[in-house]
Amino acid sequence: MTTLAVPAPVRWRALQKLARNPMGLVGAILLLIVVVAGVFAPWLAPYPPAEVHFATPFQQPATVGFALGTDDLGRDVLSRVLHGTRASLQVGFLSVLLAVVVGVPLGLVAGYWHRLDAIVSRLTDLMLAFPFLVLAVGLAAINGGGIGNAAVALGIANIPTMIRIVRAETLRLKDTDFVLAATAMDAGPVRILGQHILPNAISAIIVQATVIMPAAVLGEAVLSFLGLGIQPPAPSLGIMLSDAQQFLFRTLWPGVFPGIAIAVICLGFNLFGDALRDALDPKTVSEGH
Amino acid sequence: MDTPLLEIVDLHVAFGGTEVVHGVSLQVQPGERVAVVGESGSGKSTTAHAIMGLLPGNGRVTSGRILLRGEDVTHADEARLLRLRGREVGLVPQDPMSNLNPVTRIGKQVAETLVVHGLAHRRDAAARAIEILAEAGLPEPARRARQYPHEFSGGMRQRALIAIALACRPQLLVADEPTSALDVTVQQQILDRLEALTHELGTALLLVTHDLGLAADRADRVVVMSEGRVVETGPTAEVLTKPQHEYTQRLVAAAPSLSAARAVAPAVATEPKPPVLALEGVSKDYRIRGRGGVLRAVDDVSFEVRRGRTTAIVGESGSGKTTVTRMVLGLVPVTGGTIRLDGDDIVGMRGARMRAARRAMQPVFQDPYGSLDPTFSVERLIGEPLRIFKVGDKAGRAGRVRELLDHVALPATVAQRYPNELSGGQRQRVAIARALALDPQLVVCDEAVSALDVIVQDQILRLLRTLQDDLGLSYLFVSHDLAVVREIAHDIVVMREGRAVEQGATEQVLDQPSAEYTRQLLDAVPGRAAAERPLFSGG
Repeated sequence: MTTLAVPAPVRWRALQKLARNPMGLVGAILLLIVVVAGVFAPWLAPYPPAEVHFATPFQQPATVGFALGTDDLGRDVLSRVLHGTRASLQVGFLSVLLAVVVGVPLGLVAGYWHRLDAIVSRLTDLMLAFPFLVLAVGLAAINGGGIGNAAVALGIANIPTMIRIVRAETLRLKDTDFVLAATAMDAGPVRILGQHILPNAISAIIVQATVIMPAAVLGEAVLSFLGLGIQPPAPSLGIMLSDAQQFLFRTLWPGVFPGIAIAVICLGFNLFGDALRDALDPKTVSEGH
Repeated sequence: MDTPLLEIVDLHVAFGGTEVVHGVSLQVQPGERVAVVGESGSGKSTTAHAIMGLLPGNGRVTSGRILLRGEDVTHADEARLLRLRGREVGLVPQDPMSNLNPVTRIGKQVAETLVVHGLAHRRDAAARAIEILAEAGLPEPARRARQYPHEFSGGMRQRALIAIALACRPQLLVADEPTSALDVTVQQQILDRLEALTHELGTALLLVTHDLGLAADRADRVVVMSEGRVVETGPTAEVLTKPQHEYTQRLVAAAPSLSAARAVAPAVATEPKPPVLALEGVSKDYRIRGRGGVLRAVDDVSFEVRRGRTTAIVGESGSGKTTVTRMVLGLVPVTGGTIRLDGDDIVGMRGARMRAARRAMQPVFQDPYGSLDPTFSVERLIGEPLRIFKVGDKAGRAGRVRELLDHVALPATVAQRYPNELSGGQRQRVAIARALALDPQLVVCDEAVSALDVIVQDQILRLLRTLQDDLGLSYLFVSHDLAVVREIAHDIVVMREGRAVEQGATEQVLDQPSAEYTRQLLDAVPGRAAAERPLFSGG
C-alpha cells in the first residue's frame, strides 16, 4: 500500500533535495551552460555560422580570432558549435513535445479503458519492435531532411516509451482509493483522468522527458551525420562531425568540439534526469545514500 | 535481585538530526512478559529495533545503554550482533507478508536459521525444522515445509516466522505488532500459541503493540510510551485500572471495549419510517480467471439501514463486507438481488438516475492516506463533490467548505493545506467533510477508523455520532472490530464467507449471539479477559 504521488509541497522539497545531490548539481550546471549557449547562440557567436574564411582553413584552437579554430572551409568552429547546440536543443525540445502531446493522452486512455488498451498497446509493441534509430532513419528518409522532419521522426520514435510510462502510472493510480472515491462521487472519466491521474503522473512524465531529450539530441546528430537530418549549410553538431571525418588525418579539432558538445548535452540531461527521479521518488526519503 | 535479562537505561535514538526516543528505560526479567504500548510514532518499535541493532536507515543510538544479561550491547559490532540476533534475541516482525523470502521453501528458511547459528548440521536441519514448525502450531508440518510463502495464509506465515524466531531458543523474544495484520480469530490462535510456547521454553517476551486490550490479555507488565518517552510502567492490572499518567488515562478511556457503557442510545423498536437503504438477496459472483469457475463473493445478503441510524457489517478479511459496500456505491456491478435507496432500486441504474443516487450516498474509506488525492489542497478536496454536481458558485462553495470544516472540528486555516501536511485523524476528518458536502442521506464508512490510533479513533467515532445526531445521517459502517462497532452501531450484520450469518440489534447480537461464528469472534476480541476482571470501566 503506497501512494507514490507527489503533492505540490513535496515537489518543492524535491527541488531542495535535488540541490543537495552533487551529481544533480553538476547536471544542472551543465544544462544551464548548454541552454544559455543554445538560446543566446546568435549573440554569443563571433561569426555567422556559415561564414567562410577561405584564407584561414584548418586553424588550430586558440588562434587569434578563432577561439576553437576553423574547419576545412575556414568557418569558425566556436560559432558553429554554438549554433549546432541551438539546433540540437530545438530538435530535442520539439521531439519531447511531440512525444508528450501524443504519448500522454494515448497512455492515459490505454491505462484507463481496458478495451482501448489492447489496441494502443499492440501498436506500441509494433513500434517498439523497430529499433528507434531505424524508425527515425526510415521516417527521415521518407519525409526528407530538415530540422522539422528530424524532430518529427525522433518524436515519433519516442512516443511508445512515453505511452508505456503513462499507461503504467494510470494503471497504478486507477486502483487508488482517491480515484475510487472520485468515482463514487460520480466524477466522470475526463475529470478523473485530467484532475486526479494526470497531476499524479506528472513526475513520471517529467522524468521520462529528461530521458527522451538526450536520446533525441543524439538521434539528431546521427541523422545529420547520415545526411538525413539538418541540411548544410545550416549548422548541426552531426554535420560538423561528418565534415570533420573527411579531414580527420589533417586535423582532429573540428571533430573534437562538436563531439564534446554532444557529450555535455547528453551528460547534463542524464545526470539531471537521474537526480530528478531520485528527488521525486518518495521512496528515497533518506538523506544521502 | 538478579540481573535483569534485558535492561535499557536512558536510551536516546535519533534519525539524522531528529531525536525520536528521548530517554527510555525499561527492564525485562527472565521469563517475564512485558508489553510496550503506544500509538504510532511513540517510538515503541524504534526502541525494540534498537535492542537488536536493527535501526533502519540513518537511525542511531545517541546515548544510553542496552544491557543484555549485564553485557552492554549498545554499540556492539556486527559480529556480536549477528550472534545476538536469533540466538539470544528472537524477532517476530509485524508484516508476515514481506518478511519471508518468496522464492525459498518455508522449511529451508527455518533450517537456514539453525545452520547459520551452528545449532544443526545441514543434514539434520531439515528434520529439525519440521519439528520446530510443528511446535509453532503449523498443521501438516512435513508437507508445509516444502511449500513456498505464497501458498501460506497470513496466519500460517506468522506461525512460520514465530518458528524461525524461536528456532534457536532465544531467552528473549521481541514481537513487534505480531498480529496487527491478521484477523481477530487468527490473532487469538497465534497469540495463544506464542504464549504457550514462550511459557514452555521459559522465554521472556517483549510485546510491542498499539492494542491496549491485547496487552492486558497477554502481558505481566505494561510499559506505556508516548512521543518517545515512557510515561507509565507497572503491572498490567494496576496500569489499566488505576492509570496514573494523564496520557494513560486518555488511552484507557479511548480504547473501545465490549463492556463499556454504550454511547449510542438503544434503538427504539417502533419506528414507522422506511429504511434509507435496503438490500434484498444481493449476490456477487467473480469469474475466476483461466479456470472458468465462479467465485461467489457475496451470497444472498439482505439487510436494512434505518433512517438516522447505523448498520454495521462485521466480518474478517474475505467475508465480502467490502464488496457489499462497493455494490451499494455502484462501484462494482451486482450479480443478483435488489438494492433500494430510499425505495428506488439502484441496481443497474445509469445516467441521471445513478447520478442522483450517488449524490444521496457518499463514501469514507479506510485509509485516509490513500483516499485523498495528494495533489489537491483541502479546500479543493472538500469542494470536489460540489464542483462535480455544480452546486453554487465559487464563493458559495468556499463558504460551504468553511462550514464543513467547522462541522468536523477543523480550523478554517486547514483549507489551504495539503493532505501530507495533516495527521491521520485530520485527514479522516477531511474525508468525512468531503462526504458531507452534498448533504447525503447515507454515508458508507468502509473501515473508516481502523487505520487510526486509539485516541484518534475515539475522537472520530464521537464526531460520527455527533454528526448523526445533528444532521440525521444514516451510516453503513463496515468494520472488522467488534468493539468499535459496539460503540457506533444500532444494528449489526455479521458476515462470513459472503453470507450474513447473523443480524439484529447491536445489544442482541453482542450479548446473546445466536451463531457459533459470532461467539468465536466475540471470544477472540482482545481485552475481553481483562474486561471480565473488570478493568475497563466507564467509557
